[in-house]
Amino acid sequence: MSTHRSFFNRRLHSLLGVIPVGFFLLEHLWTNYHATQGAAAFEEKVNWLWGIPFLPVLEIFFIFLPLMYHGVYGLYIAFTAQNNVGNFGTFRNVMFMLQRVTGVITLIFVAIHVWQTRVQVALDGMTASELSRQTAEVLSNPVNVTLYLIGIVAAIFHFSNGMWSFLVSWGITVGPRAQRVSTWVWMGVFVILSYIGIRAMLAFTSPEFTSVLAR
Amino acid sequence: MSETATATKQKTVKFIITRQDSPDSNPFIEEFELEWRPNMTVNSSLMEIQRNPVNCKGKTVDPVSWEANCLEEVCGACSMVINGTPRQACTALVDNLSQPIHVEPMTTFPVMRDLAVDRSQMFDALKRVKAWVPIDGTHDLGPGPRMPEVDRQWRYELSKCMTCGVCLQACPNVNANSNFIGPFAVAQVDLFNNHPSGSMNKQERTEALIEDGGLQECGNSQNCVQACPKGIPLTTAIGRMNRESTKHLFRKWLSI
Ligand code: FES
Repeated sequence: MSTHRSFFNRRLHSLLGVIPVGFFLLEHLWTNYHATQGAAAFEEKVNWLWGIPFLPVLEIFFIFLPLMYHGVYGLYIAFTAQNNVGNFGTFRNVMFMLQRVTGVITLIFVAIHVWQTRVQVALDGMTASELSRQTAEVLSNPVNVTLYLIGIVAAIFHFSNGMWSFLVSWGITVGPRAQRVSTWVWMGVFVILSYIGIRAMLAFTSPEFTSVLAR
Repeated sequence: MSETATATKQKTVKFIITRQDSPDSNPFIEEFELEWRPNMTVNSSLMEIQRNPVNCKGKTVDPVSWEANCLEEVCGACSMVINGTPRQACTALVDNLSQPIHVEPMTTFPVMRDLAVDRSQMFDALKRVKAWVPIDGTHDLGPGPRMPEVDRQWRYELSKCMTCGVCLQACPNVNANSNFIGPFAVAQVDLFNNHPSGSMNKQERTEALIEDGGLQECGNSQNCVQACPKGIPLTTAIGRMNRESTKHLFRKWLSI
């Protein structure tokens, strides 16, 4: 069975990308979208999440470790490819390249983002309102806004196109027609999620949000 | 007027060829200019160079080495990279190509000399996945089962593979860093797994296909299906084998 190691690793990488990492991304975008309804709505969601029992255990085993596996093995996959969009400029080949590029960007972004928010919460023992203030402060810097914009779009692209790939790799979308329909579906998902993600981020920079915090 | 113009000014075709003297010597570029002829192909041009190996500088050089057999795109021997696209030299009509024509070997494979490459890794891959129907024995096994028409049609498409290597050259995941056996081998497993007698050894083939360097190394760039000169539905075969190996995974490892 040892000769089947790479098959097992690849399938695990593919599965973890969806459950739990992809699922977490959706949940995270949804929670943060509440910031568009003001700081109070966002903080209520955060407090609800923080009320989940055994949260650190869940975070380590259902977010951190799967994410690390997906990220590290993903880097290996990304760097074994020899991209050739110059000679083969087809849509799928461009997607293949972008999937790898956005994967690397997402990994870097997630590391920064976890440091700026989750790790700071743990180090300083922040409350939910201190967390919104901290996030608003991070996003008051235009450099960070640009960084977050790129990071969020890259993560969502990687998720959406990754779902397309997942369906192929597990033999769910087999023929060209099924794969074409799937392309449209996941393109739609990409657009909707990008809208949600960007609006959530911009909510932290809006004057109403920051003025509520100042009070 | 136009007739005299063509008569005085001869039309020529220029080739820029990437050459290499031996498997481990450095590649170099050499240019050749040939007289245009109707219906000439890259293959016929290489034959012309072989007859008169004089480069653009007027120097007589070693003739360019390449492989070719059938001259009708069924043997796959003459595959090379022509203007950036891996394809067969024997069906590459010069009139359809932009000039000057760049000709390079398929560098995914070890280059033996000039444009001749060693494709043995493909034949090793076919051996590994047992791409045949084992019926040899000491006694008559009788007639095999009949084949449903839908299976025959599907298998006919897959059977067009000529092991030319174009799909490996096109695939971003077949390279020196990876051990991916290539899209063609996946389709060949599908071909023999769907043969009524061949399907008796289906498990063995599927098992071999998902060993290290197998099917899972596909990254869905789908270049293979675009590049295949025979129009083989390679990505559909990959999708079908993905489904088959998912079933295999559940059947075998979870013993359902
Ligand atoms: S010589 Fe056989 S394919 Fe070109």
